[in-house]
Amino acid sequence: MADKTSGVRVLVGTRKGAFILASDGKREKWDVSGPHFAGWEMYHIKGSPADPNRLYASQSSGWFGQLIQRSNDGGKTWEPVDNKFVYDGVPGTHQWYDGKPHPWEFKRVWHLEPSLNDPDTVYAGVEDAAIFRSTDAGKSWQELAGLRCHSSGNRWQPGAGGMCLHTILLDPSSPGRMYVAISAAGAFRTQDSGQTWKPINQGLRSIYIPDPNAEIGHCVHRIAMHRSRPNVLFMQKHWDVMRSDDGGDLWHDVSGNLPGEAVSHPQEDGTTKNFDAKGFGFVIDVHAHEPETIYVVPIKSDSQHFPPEGKLRVFRSRTGGNEWEPLTKGLPQRDCYVNVLRDAMAVDSLDKCGVYFGTTGGQVYASADAGDSWAPIVRDLPAVLSVEVQTLS
Amino acid sequence: MIRVILPAHLRILAKVEGEVKLDLEGPVTQRSILDALEARYPALCGTLRDHVTRQRRPFVRFFACEEDLSHDSPDAPLPDAVAKGTEPFLVVGAIAGG
Repeated sequence: MADKTSGVRVLVGTRKGAFILASDGKREKWDVSGPHFAGWEMYHIKGSPADPNRLYASQSSGWFGQLIQRSNDGGKTWEPVDNKFVYDGVPGTHQWYDGKPHPWEFKRVWHLEPSLNDPDTVYAGVEDAAIFRSTDAGKSWQELAGLRCHSSGNRWQPGAGGMCLHTILLDPSSPGRMYVAISAAGAFRTQDSGQTWKPINQGLRSIYIPDPNAEIGHCVHRIAMHRSRPNVLFMQKHWDVMRSDDGGDLWHDVSGNLPGEAVSHPQEDGTTKNFDAKGFGFVIDVHAHEPETIYVVPIKSDSQHFPPEGKLRVFRSRTGGNEWEPLTKGLPQRDCYVNVLRDAMAVDSLDKCGVYFGTTGGQVYASADAGDSWAPIVRDLPAVLSVEVQTLS
Repeated sequence: MIRVILPAHLRILAKVEGEVKLDLEGPVTQRSILDALEARYPALCGTLRDHVTRQRRPFVRFFACEEDLSHDSPDAPLPDAVAKGTEPFLVVGAIAGG
């Protein structure tokens, strides 16, 4: 049973500010704090695993650019830290949507990933795609330029949401090993703390790019890992849910019985390719205590971006993929047309595992029983961009 | 004394209320005002102009004496009324949205 002194803190980033939702271990009553940074886009807020009171937040606006905020007291107070994200050397070009060279331009920070053991070290995934690191609690940022300067970098292209580095996974068993994912370049792995990177996209198949099996160019939406098994990765791709059992060297499709639809994709030669697509979505996460239990939220097609049949369903697999069950208790099963964005799902590590996700309709749903039942913590926030959870003791 | 009016988001960020008052030495220009602003309020660095190019951010505009000065040279002298403090230098977020 959950320790009565424990609790959870849910860090919610929205289009118009940040919110902090707090509860005790029962997760029945919630305190809602916010909006913090009212009016600003809060792409991501995340706490340090080494010091839960240390939080980092990405704050941005189309008018005033990027800011990074840091809290040392669990979000009660904040201070702006360095916001200077400057690419190392001459940035060069990547490909634009039309395939022409386009200068690398910093736009915003999509994701902040604090170090597992040092509260002053934090990684930032940015658009246009690159990874930065601060080792002084955000006072300064340095690019790990080996990623952007990979030989494939000049061939990377943006996805519909921009060319963003949105996923950073730190391997707890190997301090130098990290995984990142970029829309729409694919997944990459480093073994040497970010000096050199290798594309890890073998086994991915993307019908919407000229070579469906290319080394790069796949629209990876999210990758998740259980810390006890860092070689096992789960991926929510543009279409398909994928799994790798060897640290990303080879992926295979585990979409199984997820909802699907027939898709027609026009080709450059004027013909049309038809295929049965399954498992479109953005989020994916892993149960805190069961490394083979994973969660996704299927979304209808790449042009509609709302739940199939207007039913908001989380799908859970207890077998590491392929066999999925819809979880609907407490979720709207009619007239629901929200989206769940890539950084908007998280789990706590209480017993039972709590699962949380936020929607573009402003709801944050929580399950205190590993997904069996759901209830909204809040219903009417601005569109939710990200959800992270801290389990406090 | 130079008077500067910031948009609401930047007043909150800089933790100021009302006008900002700056004492400048030398020519009063957009650049000298922005340099002084950023020196006093480091949180504003990067919000008004790019860190590297020092160019005005596209959706930030500068006005004074009912004139849009956004496209003037950052080193052009500002109107005497701004230099004397009888008129404020306004930083405005461009109107956008519907």
